[in-house]
Amino acid sequence: MPNNIIYQGAEAILTKTTYHNLPAVQKQRIPKSYRIKEIDTPLITYRTKEEAKLIIEARSAGVPVPLIYDIDQKNGILLLEYLSGPRIKDILNNLENSVLETICQKIGKNIAMLHNHDLIHGDITTSNMIYQDTQIFFIDFGLGSKTTELEAKGVDLHVLMEAFESTHSQKTHCFSWVMDGYRTHYTGKSKAVEQKIHEIVKRGRYR
Amino acid sequence: MICLGIEGTAHSYGVGIITNEKKHCNVLANIIHTYQPPQGGIHPREAANHHVTYADQIIKEALTHAHLTLPDIDLISFSQGPGLGPCLRTAATAARALALTLNKPLIGVNHCVAHLEIGRGTIPACTNPILLYVSGANTQIIGFAEGKYRVFGETLDIGIGNCLDKFGRYVNLAFPAGPKIETLAQQGTTYYPLPYTIKGMDVAFSGLLTGAQQYISRHKPLKDICYSIQETTFAALTEVTERAMAHTEKKQVLLGGGVASNTRLRDMVKTMADERHAQFFVPRKDLCIDNGAMIAWLGYVMHIHGHTMTIKQSKINQRYRTDMVEVTWYA
Repeated sequence: MPNNIIYQGAEAILTKTTYHNLPAVQKQRIPKSYRIKEIDTPLITYRTKEEAKLIIEARSAGVPVPLIYDIDQKNGILLLEYLSGPRIKDILNNLENSVLETICQKIGKNIAMLHNHDLIHGDITTSNMIYQDTQIFFIDFGLGSKTTELEAKGVDLHVLMEAFESTHSQKTHCFSWVMDGYRTHYTGKSKAVEQKIHEIVKRGRYR
Repeated sequence: MICLGIEGTAHSYGVGIITNEKKHCNVLANIIHTYQPPQGGIHPREAANHHVTYADQIIKEALTHAHLTLPDIDLISFSQGPGLGPCLRTAATAARALALTLNKPLIGVNHCVAHLEIGRGTIPACTNPILLYVSGANTQIIGFAEGKYRVFGETLDIGIGNCLDKFGRYVNLAFPAGPKIETLAQQGTTYYPLPYTIKGMDVAFSGLLTGAQQYISRHKPLKDICYSIQETTFAALTEVTERAMAHTEKKQVLLGGGVASNTRLRDMVKTMADERHAQFFVPRKDLCIDNGAMIAWLGYVMHIHGHTMTIKQSKINQRYRTDMVEVTWYA
C-alpha cells in the first residue's frame, strides 16, 4: 500500500494529496469486478455526483462537512478538504460521559439540521464522523438522498442506533443523547420520527 | 463426545450426529428430509406434519449411517429458534423425548448462530469471519464483536431466498425457485435495470421483486430477467458484506444458508474477498442448507463451555435473534 493512502474503505480509497498547496483528500470510488459494468459504472457515477450535491447542500444547511475542491464524475473522484481529526468511532469508547453527552447531542443536532432540509445521509455511523475543532464533521454521503419521506429519516437514525449497538455495545445510552440533540433542533415533528424508528425496529426480523 | 442434533426451523427436518476431533467438528451423519409443498409456499402446519411423519425414521437413518446406537449419544441438541412455531415444536418435542428417555443432557441452540459455527467448526482456517447468511427467510451479515454475534446488516423486508421464490411463483417455477433461476440466468445476456437498494449495511428486495414482475408483464425474456435479478441482488449482498468487513476490519468471509449453493453468488463474494486480500470460505453443501449437523455442533460447543438447559428452559423461541446469544466460547 503506498503510504499516502489514508484509508481503504469498502467502496473507495482515500489518499492524501494537495490542492493548490492546501492539504486535500482524494476519494476515488473503485470499480468492483464482482459487479457487471451495467450496474457498476452508473452506480459509481451516480454516487459521486449525489455525494457532491449532498455535501454542498449539507454545508448550506449549517452542518460541518469538508469543502469540495474538485469533482470528476466519470472516474468517480472527489477532491475534498483534508480533516486531520480522529474518527468518532476511534475515540467514543474512551470518552467520559460528560464529554460524550455533548458530542452525542451535537451529532443529533447535525442530523436534525440535515433532516430539516430533507437531506438523508444514508450511512450515519461513527466511522463517518470526524471530530475536529470541537465540531463533528459528517463525511461519506455516498448513500445519501434528498427526500421529504418520514421513512427515510427514520431509517437514517435507525442505522446509527444499530451502529451503537454493534460497535459501541457498552455505550448504547449514547443514542438517547443523540435523540435529545435531534429533538431540540428538528423543526418538524420529532415525535413522528421517533415513532417511525420504533416502527422500523419492530419491522426487523424476529422483533 | 458424540452429539445428536435435530433441526426443524422451517421446511427441512434434519438429524445430524457429530463428534469432536480436538477443537474441530467431525460429521458422522447428516440426514435431511425436505418438505415439498404440492403447490405454492410452505404452510407451517403442513411442514410440521411432514416433520412428525419423518421424525423417528430420520433419527434411525442418521444412527445407521454413523454406525451408532442411541446409547452411544452423549448430548441431544435442537434448533430452539428462530423459525416457524409448529416446526420448531416438532423438533423440540423429539429432542426432549430422546433426552428424557436416554437420560442425557439437552440443549437448545440458535439456528443462525449454528450456520456460522459449523463453518468455524469444519474449516480450520476459518476463525473470525463475517458470515453472509442467505436463505429463504434469513438474510443477515453476522460477525463476532464485543461478546456476541452482531447483526451488522440484514434485509429490511424479505429474505433473498424468499425474493427468488416469490418471483419463481409469479412465473410458475416450482419451489424452491433459486436453482431454476440460476440455470435460466446462466443463459441470460441482456441486463434490465432493477432497484439496487442498500441502506447503510442493510438491503431490501421488495422493490426489485415488483420491478422484475413488471418486466415479465412487458414480455421481456425470462432468462434475461433472471440474470438481472441475480446480478442486482447478489451485487448488493456482496457490497454490504464488504462494508461489514471494512467496518469490523475482519479479513475472512464465510457463506452460509441455502442460497450459498448459488455459483454466481459464490463467485461474486470470492472476487470481492480476493480484491480485499481476504479469505473466502464456504462449507460443503449439506452443511450450508438447514441441517442437523450444525445444530449438533453448536450444541456440543455450548455444552463444553458450560451452557446447560432444563426441560423447562427448552421452550422454543420463534423470535430468537442472533444477538440474544451470549457467546462465551469465541477464541
